[in-house]
Parts: sequence; structure tokens; C-alpha cells
Amino acid sequence: MNHDNFFFKHYGLTQADLPRYLAAALSAGGDYADLYFEYLSSTSLSVDESMVKSASQGISAGCGVRVVSGERTGYAYTDDLSPERILHAARTAALIASGPAKTPAVGFQQKPARSLYPVSLPSVDAEITAKVELVMRVDAAARAYDPRIKEVRASYADELRNILVVTSDGTIAEDSQPLARLNASCIAKSEQQSGRGSAGGGGRVALDFFFGEKTPEHFAKEAARQAILQLDAREAPAGEMEVVLGPGWPGVLLHEAVGHGLEADFNRKKTSAFAGLVGRRVASEKCTVVDNGTMPWRRGSLNVDDEGQPTQETVLIENGILKGYLSDKLSAKLMGISDTGNGRRESYEHIPMPRMTNTYMLPGQDDPEDIIRSVKHGVYAVNFGGGQVDITNGKFVFSASEAYMIEDGKITAPIKGATLIGNGPDVLTRVSMVGHDLQLDEGVGTCGKDGQAVPVGVGIPTIKVDRLTVGGTARKDSGGFMQ
Amino acid sequence: MSEIQTETTQLETRNPKLETDLKELAQDMVRRAMAGGATAAEAVVREGDEFSTVVRLGQVETLKESGSRAIGVRVFFGKRAASTYSSDFSRAGLDRMLKSALELAKITSEDPFGGIPEVSQLGSLKGDLDLYHEDVYSLPGTQRIEYARRAEKAALDFDPRIKNSEGGSFDAATGRKVLANSHGFVGEYRRSYCSVAAIPIAQDEKGGMQRDYWFSVARSLGRLDPPEHVGRIAAERTIRRLGARKAKTSHVPVIFDPMVAASILEHIFEGVNGDSVYRGASFLAGKLGQKIAGENVTVIDDGTMPGGFGTSPFDGEGIPTRRKLVIENGVLKSYLLNTYTAKKLGLETTANASRGLAGTPGIGPGNYFLQPGTKTPKEIIGDVKEGLYVTEFLGHGANLVTGDYSRGASGLWISGGELTYPVEEITVAGNLKEMFFHISEIANDLEFRGAVASPTIRIDGLTVGGE
Repeated sequence: MNHDNFFFKHYGLTQADLPRYLAAALSAGGDYADLYFEYLSSTSLSVDESMVKSASQGISAGCGVRVVSGERTGYAYTDDLSPERILHAARTAALIASGPAKTPAVGFQQKPARSLYPVSLPSVDAEITAKVELVMRVDAAARAYDPRIKEVRASYADELRNILVVTSDGTIAEDSQPLARLNASCIAKSEQQSGRGSAGGGGRVALDFFFGEKTPEHFAKEAARQAILQLDAREAPAGEMEVVLGPGWPGVLLHEAVGHGLEADFNRKKTSAFAGLVGRRVASEKCTVVDNGTMPWRRGSLNVDDEGQPTQETVLIENGILKGYLSDKLSAKLMGISDTGNGRRESYEHIPMPRMTNTYMLPGQDDPEDIIRSVKHGVYAVNFGGGQVDITNGKFVFSASEAYMIEDGKITAPIKGATLIGNGPDVLTRVSMVGHDLQLDEGVGTCGKDGQAVPVGVGIPTIKVDRLTVGGTARKDSGGFMQ
Repeated sequence: MSEIQTETTQLETRNPKLETDLKELAQDMVRRAMAGGATAAEAVVREGDEFSTVVRLGQVETLKESGSRAIGVRVFFGKRAASTYSSDFSRAGLDRMLKSALELAKITSEDPFGGIPEVSQLGSLKGDLDLYHEDVYSLPGTQRIEYARRAEKAALDFDPRIKNSEGGSFDAATGRKVLANSHGFVGEYRRSYCSVAAIPIAQDEKGGMQRDYWFSVARSLGRLDPPEHVGRIAAERTIRRLGARKAKTSHVPVIFDPMVAASILEHIFEGVNGDSVYRGASFLAGKLGQKIAGENVTVIDDGTMPGGFGTSPFDGEGIPTRRKLVIENGVLKSYLLNTYTAKKLGLETTANASRGLAGTPGIGPGNYFLQPGTKTPKEIIGDVKEGLYVTEFLGHGANLVTGDYSRGASGLWISGGELTYPVEEITVAGNLKEMFFHISEIANDLEFRGAVASPTIRIDGLTVGGE
């Protein structure tokens, strides 16, 4: 560990302090302890009615101490990085165990880590005027899109998270994690109807990303387009039918239907509908699903997870067969599986647990147009709000915000937003076509689990699900949508 | 395991520095912001302690205990505003926070409606609002763990089909909030909270699993339901879900239990939220004084109820909280507003400002509830020939702009006035603009388990999506 480490430099922390803190954490005999130092600085700006109404900046820093004893976890944290407070937190967390003190490993090893998001100037330190320009450009472009766009909100948020993870088994890891996001949301009105649309994106990128790859105008037009489209939306159908998902963000299906259910903690405790299914068929042969924390610049990526373990690409489902779980240190140890580098936490105030990074389905052979053509009567859903899953019974939902009817192989009318509901362990067995057009989302996902929010990515090619329940309102006698 | 000696550290984990005078600190920040050229300023300080434990299958799984605090300031230069926050209370940390707020305010826009409340509006409710009870921390550590263990054990012992568990838990927290502004307001209050919960998992002979939960939450330990009671209800709720099937797509009366009904009531809250109203982003915008629901619907927001989960002596801007009718016999009587949205709409604030550490104040509920009726839930179910009783929602499919409503659901099928078999993997859909006119029954079972509460309700005209 070099002396330039953020916490060494700014908080007077020294290499010699670390074993002392870990020893305090193991003073009651825990099996394992770690320290998670975090310094988070963030900026946010928002525009409403073409005015920059809100601008804020903030700093949050602290240290969390975890002690593991068997299956038990003790946790304490402090937002004061003085040695007394850290030692106090360590002694509090220590009490999860009860036995003679143990000593941490001598000397720390820094594992070779990637550099997935090397920004020379983190956006938090960039000129605020450039960020103001971004939100104002969103506003202008959305309003220019169509006179029926009546309200526009734009927001920009960025952060830089410096972390240092030190463990009693001798690992030390540091990372500096930038994250930025630009968002547009619009309301359209006609005489009869209203519609809303939103779009956004970003990743672990510097500010120039929004001046090159994905401009404010890109997000503004997308949000405005969706809002205008809703003005002509018909009632969505209700009941089971064929559903085609467009590429990209509809990958939220994978996140809800299989991703959460494959997090190791739920499987270790056998509370997941996927428990005991490794080696079994959980999807059609056309489906291969991975979780990959190593994609450069992506919102869900990390050089190391929040336990200091380098991230990796993990195959969850290969040609329809369940291959494994997403694990953190604790579940890896207790289940005797490898640590996949998915131990994540929201902040120093939180206990790490297995979480997804970027979760997506590999591309298949089918032409997206052929997929649409193959549907006699169904729904084509291309944009979603969010989703939710009940891990134990496997039921999941995701809410379509932009969708169309497919009738006789052709995309016809846009339909109103509707929730789609299915069963995680078997929905992918009904995937009969997989397109060659894999896309990842633009960088908008935030996943919540046990009250902890972490940024994630999803992706999917165009796929066809032969049967899924669509939660619309259309009656059988109106519009002829029902079979 | 109960040998864990948490009691030795129980109160020591509170940061000793928490004893410094936070009121003084907040006022000092305001003074310094004004000295730095601000024309108005506001500071908020929050500090809190938390304890939580989960016991799973009889063994302690997690034990967490800590305290934290943070400070935020909002400054105005005329009609421009900005805000900053920090968890670093060192002199340098506070200086930096103030400096960046003053700089940041230069880049925001002039907003003619911006500003803090008038002096005459500021104040705090007098008297004890029954919000803080030290007894949430009075249990020794081993007893706290026992609470969690007892809740889980009651669930596990309830029925042999309860074979697994996500655990029993006990949580306690106390928090203190201080607000000061440049119009001379300074106020503070403390609140306490404790809860006990159980999440059992049942398995049927075919291996199908279901989980459900129950909890009790209170501001005082003495008011918490016994853990055994919580565990037993959690188990009953879980067992009745075993063997759930899909329902046919149909149009039938739907009855919502109090927990899910509260989430429907939240859509009215979002709809009357001044922020959505002035933007025209609400299906209730422009409807003040108009009928938006049936005669039987009266909705109240009351931030003054002693001991309430939504009670506080003043709102996020330092204005005394109050009671107001939101909907009276189906007529929209009041939006819920803070100072900014009130000015935008040419109305008076309703003291619903909610203030985080950063950003402009939002709008939050006091104790917000649907006035109960007279029938029991059993009587209401008894009137339904074929229908759906919803006990859980999945997802958040409500569009407040259009009113379109579509959510995943599970519950029990009603046949011949009785709850019969469990159903799942279904959707409930309609439009919020019409739904509140179609609340045909409101039961008498109002109980607060949070700031927003509803009795059991029946809504007609919804689409149930399934097979």
C-alpha cells in the first residue's frame, strides 16, 4: 500500500493502525474481520421549468467494521475516523463472538486489480458550469422536440467514492469509483391525454462522456419521444400471451427473474426458489446468462468488490442449465464455493452481501425482425420502469413503460404501461427465440435489497417469451386484444 | 447465541460528541452563512443511533449497533439557492461545507418563488407529543436478541410446514433533528422507534415455498406487541399462501387488506403532492373543490397526533404541523404543500415540508389516513360472491400522470363470501382517476403501522390479469 492512499493522506491513517484495529475486532475471538473505509463526495443539479432550481454537494465519510464468527456477523460503524472511534466500533462488532482473542494475519497483500474506469479528472471535481450546461441542454432539447411537451425536468448527479478495504486474512484493496448520471423526464399533453417519459444514462465515466458518446440531446429526445407516444396509447391487454422484449434495459427481466434468486445468501439459506437447482435446466437451450463486473466504464462494474475481492465474469446459466451462484466471502466460505467478487454494500453503514453487477443474456442467432414476425398476437415491450421479485416463490414483476401490440407479425398500436408478471424458475424455459442484437442499458439501474441500494447494469438481446401474463385493463369485448 | 455480551456496550456506542449543543451549531452555521453574504439560510442537523439484530433458525445471524450524524445547510442569495451537507463535523469540514454552498448558489437560477418561510409562519407545537421513549434502548442486549428469537420461534412452532425462515428481528433506533434558519427559528425534537418482526417460510408436500411476514412497530417498547403474537400472525399469513395458483383473467370485486390499501392511499398522497400538482404531473391537478372519490371517502393528514409515526412539532421548514382534511366525502379539499409549492399555486403551505440533508425541501405526509367505516372486514368479504382478496403487491406500476395502474399481486380467492384458496402471479389493473370513485366499502379496522394507514377497502371495476 503506498502512502498516497486517500485515507493515509487525508485522515492520518497509517499502515500500523490497521492490524491494531483488526486485532480489536478479533478481540472476542471472531473468525474473520474487515474494515471498510469510505469517503464519498457527491454533486447533484436539477432543472425544472427551465430553471436550475436545485444544486447540492455533500461529503460522507466513515468506517464500518465487520466481524464474522461462524454464520454470525457483528457490525458497527463510525462517521468519525479518529483511532478511538474506529477502535470502539471494532470492539463493539467484536462481541458477536465469544472466545479467546485471535490475531489477524501479519502483512497485507494487494491483489492485482483491474483499472476499469481510469478517469483523469473525476466529474465531481469538474467545472460545475459544464454540468449546468448539460441539464440546460436537456431542457432545451426536450422542449424543442414537440410543442406538446409541457414539462421537462433534467437532473445530473455524480459522485466519487474512495474506498479502502482491509481484512484479517491479509487482503488490502483500494479503489476510487466514479459514477455519473444524466436524466431527463418529460410530460406531454394533448387535449385528451397525458403521457410521461424518462430516459437517462451514464456510468463510471468522466464528464466528457456526456459531451461525446451520450449527449444531453440524446436523453432529452428519448424521454420526449416516449411521452409523446403515450398520448396515443391504447389500453393494454390482460392475460397470458406471447411477449417480445426489445434489447437493452428490458434485461431487467433477468435481474428480477433469475439474478436475485441466484444470489448465494438466499441459496445458502435455501430460501430461494432456485435453491438446489444447480446442474438443472432452468431456461431454454438458447439462454446463457452472465453477471460481469469487469466491463469498462459500466455503472455496475467494480475493480474490486466491497470486500476487496476482484470482480469477474460469472456464468449463471449456460445453454439453459443453471451453473452457479453469485457469492460474497461469507457465503463462499459457508457453502464451499468460490467467491465470485459480488460482495457489495451501499455504504460504510451497511453489511456486505451478494449483489449483481452487470447481468445480461448472451446474443443468439435470431434476427429481431423474424422474432416480431413470428408473433400472431402479443406484446412488444421495449422500455421498463422497474421490477420486483419474491425470492421464495419465484414470482417477479417488471413494469413496461413503452410497449406495442403485435398483431399478425406486425407491430401495431402503442399500449399503456402495464405490469408483466411471471415465475422466475420457469419463465426462461419459455424463451423460444433469442436475437443477435445484445445491448446493455444506458446506465440507469439501481438495485435495492434489504434496504441497500447499489448501482447495477442489465442487458438482453431481443427475445421472445412464449407465454407471460400481461397486466392490462382491456376487456375481452373492447378492442379485440384477447384471444 | 444469548451469551453475547452486548449489554456491556449498549449505550457507550453512542458517540460522546453527540452531547455537543447541536442547536448552537445549527444557529452558528446560519450566522456564518449570513456573514458570508447569504440573504437567507437554513441549517439542519440529524443524529441517531441504531441497533438491529436478526436471529435465524434460533441462532444470531447479525448484530449491528452504531450511531451517526450529519449536517446540511441551504443558502439563498436573493432568489438563488443551493445546499450542501457533510458528515465531517471538524472545523475544516464545516468550513468547506459552508464555502461550497455559498459558491454553488451562484450558478443556480433566480426563482421568484424561492425562499424560506415568513417569520409569522414559523413555530413549533407545544407540549409533549409522545415521540421519544428511552425505553427502546432499555432492554439488555441478550433480551433484544430474545425478542427476535421469540418472534421467530413462535412462527416456527406454529405449524410443521413452517420449515425455514428468513429470521426474527428486533430493531431499535433513536434520532434527533435540529432545524435553524435566519428568520430566528430554532427547534429540535427527538423520536424513538422499535420493532419486532418475523419472516417465516413454509413448504408444501410438493416442495413449493412461500414466505410472508408480520411485524409490530412502536415508539415505546411498552407498546410493542408480544413477539409471540407477531410470530404467530406471520406464520398464519405464510401458511395460507401454500398451494397458490393463478386466477383466471376476470373483472371481479377486489378487497385490499390494510397493508396494501395503505399503498393505494399513497397514490392519493402522490397525487395531491404540491410538487406534482404545480407541474401538472398529477391526475389530481386542478381538481381542488371537485369530486375525486365517492361520498364515503374522507382522507385526513394530521402531523399533530401524539405518538404518531408521522408526527413532528414542526415541518422541514420550521412551520408547526397541523391537521387537515385532504378529501371530505369525496371532495378534494386540500393539496399537501410546502412553502415553495404553496407559493407556486397561490395557496398557503400545509406544513408538509420534508427536509433531507440536501436539496430543496420535498413534501411528506403527517399521519395520513382514510377515515374508517363501520363494517368489519369479514362482513365486507361476506358480501362478495366471486372476488379477489389482495394481501401483497409486487412492483410499483402506477403512473401518476395518466392514472394508469397495474401491479403484480397475490392473495386469496373469495368465493361465496368466504376466503377460499390462495392465488398468485396475477395482476390488478385500473385507472386511479376512476378507482377512488369505486371504493364501495371501507372497513372499521384502521390501525397505524406507519405514517400512512388505511382500513380494509373494496374496489370494484378493476381487471384481474391471470390465465
